[in-house]
Amino acid sequence: MATQILMPALSPTMEEGTLAKWLVKEGDTVKSGQILAEIETDKATMEFEAVDEGVVGKLLVAEGTAGVKVNTPIAVLVEDGESVSEAPKPAVVAAVAAVEAPVAVPAAVAAPAPVVAAKGWPHTDLPDGPTKTMTVREALREAMAEEMRADPTVFLMGEEVGEYQGAYKISQGLLDEFGPRRVVDTPITEMGFAGIGVGASWGGLKPIVEFMTFNFSMQAIDHILNSAAKTLYMSGGQMGSPMVFRGPNGAAARVGAQHSQDYSAWYAAIPGLRVCIPYSAADAKGLLKSAIRDPNPVVFLENEIMYGRSFEVPVDPDFTVPFGKASILREGKDVTIVSFGIGCSHALAAAETLAGEGISAEIINLRTLRPIDYDTVLASVMKTNRCVTVEEGFPVGSIGDHIASTIMQKAFDYLDAPVITCTGKDVPMPYAANLEKFALITPAEVVTAVKSVCYR
Amino acid sequence: MAKKPDARPNVSKEDLLKYYREMLLIRRFEEKAGQLYGMGLIGGFCHLYIGQEAVVVGLEAATKEGDKRVTSYRDHGHMLACGMDPKGVMAELTGRIGGYSKGKGGSMHMFSKEKHFYGGHGIVGAQVPLGAGLAFADKYLGNDNVTFTYFGDGAANQGQVYETYNMAELWALPVIFVIENNGYAMGTSVKRSTKSTTYFGRGLAYGIPGEQVDGMDVLAVKAAGEKAIAHCRAGNGPYILEMMTYRYRGHSMSDPAKYRTREEVEKIRTEKDCIEHVRDLLTQGGLASDEELKAIDKEIKATVNEAAEFSKESPEPPLSELWTDIYA
Repeated sequence: MATQILMPALSPTMEEGTLAKWLVKEGDTVKSGQILAEIETDKATMEFEAVDEGVVGKLLVAEGTAGVKVNTPIAVLVEDGESVSEAPKPAVVAAVAAVEAPVAVPAAVAAPAPVVAAKGWPHTDLPDGPTKTMTVREALREAMAEEMRADPTVFLMGEEVGEYQGAYKISQGLLDEFGPRRVVDTPITEMGFAGIGVGASWGGLKPIVEFMTFNFSMQAIDHILNSAAKTLYMSGGQMGSPMVFRGPNGAAARVGAQHSQDYSAWYAAIPGLRVCIPYSAADAKGLLKSAIRDPNPVVFLENEIMYGRSFEVPVDPDFTVPFGKASILREGKDVTIVSFGIGCSHALAAAETLAGEGISAEIINLRTLRPIDYDTVLASVMKTNRCVTVEEGFPVGSIGDHIASTIMQKAFDYLDAPVITCTGKDVPMPYAANLEKFALITPAEVVTAVKSVCYR
Repeated sequence: MAKKPDARPNVSKEDLLKYYREMLLIRRFEEKAGQLYGMGLIGGFCHLYIGQEAVVVGLEAATKEGDKRVTSYRDHGHMLACGMDPKGVMAELTGRIGGYSKGKGGSMHMFSKEKHFYGGHGIVGAQVPLGAGLAFADKYLGNDNVTFTYFGDGAANQGQVYETYNMAELWALPVIFVIENNGYAMGTSVKRSTKSTTYFGRGLAYGIPGEQVDGMDVLAVKAAGEKAIAHCRAGNGPYILEMMTYRYRGHSMSDPAKYRTREEVEKIRTEKDCIEHVRDLLTQGGLASDEELKAIDKEIKATVNEAAEFSKESPEPPLSELWTDIYA
């Protein structure tokens, strides 16, 4: 009886991949556990192996095919002597991934197709001049590489940043270019290496400390707050901590409660820190370059789901994004949607739907949460008279709460409706796919909130 | 307590007088700080170093320019020993603009970039990876400086100490871990907090050599410091010194120290006092007269009084200081 082999999902967020190489050909006999093919996600090439024994009856997808969706049949296994055509309708699922990364580590990431394309919007956030298309991942890597070339005191440290080429491949190639002195693999010891990073910043270096995810920064948060953020003040201005703490923040996909939390509001609460949260690849590159150059400790919150998405980025090597300057992703007149990071994706998707219903939404991408560009938010609200905030974090003490409060205090008379704060639900992140989807903020909820403030 | 050195030390009069002067300065300074605390001029937490003076004075005697130091909240002695101005330290204790941190840091959070003093840390054990980070920077930049990272027997049970030991040895960082074992983590004695009480030996699990030193003997401290520094400067990685010492006062000013007997404190004071030890070496060896030592006492007293006066006269920081030094 024939068995279909399907394109496997090789990471929590993979939706498609490239079938890089077949290691078997039609007519080969395969054993359970034998490597069948190499599959390329956008960050790693993984081997995958047969579960069942049989003869390769047909290869359905050719080597080198890109964009093969997860669960697409890629080959058919038949029993000895059986032909593909005479076989009954194949049973499903016959391969598992030979996982490359340790189990506790959210490993490979692939690029889902952008929910909303970056092109086509009336962007006001890019300077004039030529651009190139790149992923958020490439933008972050390029920012680090450029700054490391420019300043010999900049170095990267963290788990798997060197020889493994980055758990999420942000640091791919950096070890080759800069060597182990400047791309430092650490043991799994967040509190220890965060403290060493802060000490190194006092000793004349500009460390970039990578947390594999910001969930693990909880082990190190004492050094981020008490050692890095407060020292300039406590020393009466004598010495500060010029450094960056960076890594993916917020929910990835199906990694459960301990690996899915947005710390935006936590870090944004702390005086002495700068907090960046890019949405696009241009934000990512421009903000990270600013962060590395900044004389203050910067918490730089990335998002795993955004790593593989592509955007236009200015070619100019001097392009940076200043702190405290929001961008307007879409101009509108009926309502202001304030968001940041991946929240902007939901806001943009909602705006598209709303446009079809005759509601014109203006979308503000805060880009930095400390400082916050209040002026841009208030000017927009004074124009639209309505505001909705969008973020994935928890509702209590959210960034949206703070924005709503600020608007109430500074622009109360301009409001035609109460501000609605759209956030993640007030629950630990569930694992089940349907529950996880329900726990996060969705474009549909944003649409509902906007209609509510527009009394529609 | 660890044993005393076997032979009479081969040390000059000048060196002995220097140690005497520096230890006495710390003691008198701390006594004055205690007094000002009692008068309400110093607030909050104030941890005195009285009794432990030989540790920092002995180790500082072994350092060279560019070497760094970082410690806990019991930090006044370390600051004076590395040459920071007593006036600036005392004015920080009173929360005045003339303090090292303009009055914004306080007793536990003081720094001097000029003297390579990197705090003053209020979180027990946090200074350990920070010190290793300073050493990381020295190694990265290719100089041969070392960093003294001081912590107590209490901090020695914090997890981050061992995270740091591992990385310090893995990367051969020029850091000397100085455990000031004064027998009590606040009110909990070593034997109530720790099963294996030979703290210096814990480095062995990470490949870091260490030794126990009589921390009440400034000469033994200096000798141990020189050995550790030689190890570090030669690129051999970290070294651990466990200084067996004792604090005469409570953990902080508000600690009545009921967890130990008056007799225990008196016994150490009488038999092991680090300042009396050097005084004896000077007078019994015929190196200095009582008059000479009295003149030094008087001079130190004047310095401390001057610092106290400055700390009272220096104005409180203007309210505008609330908003400065948050971002560079």
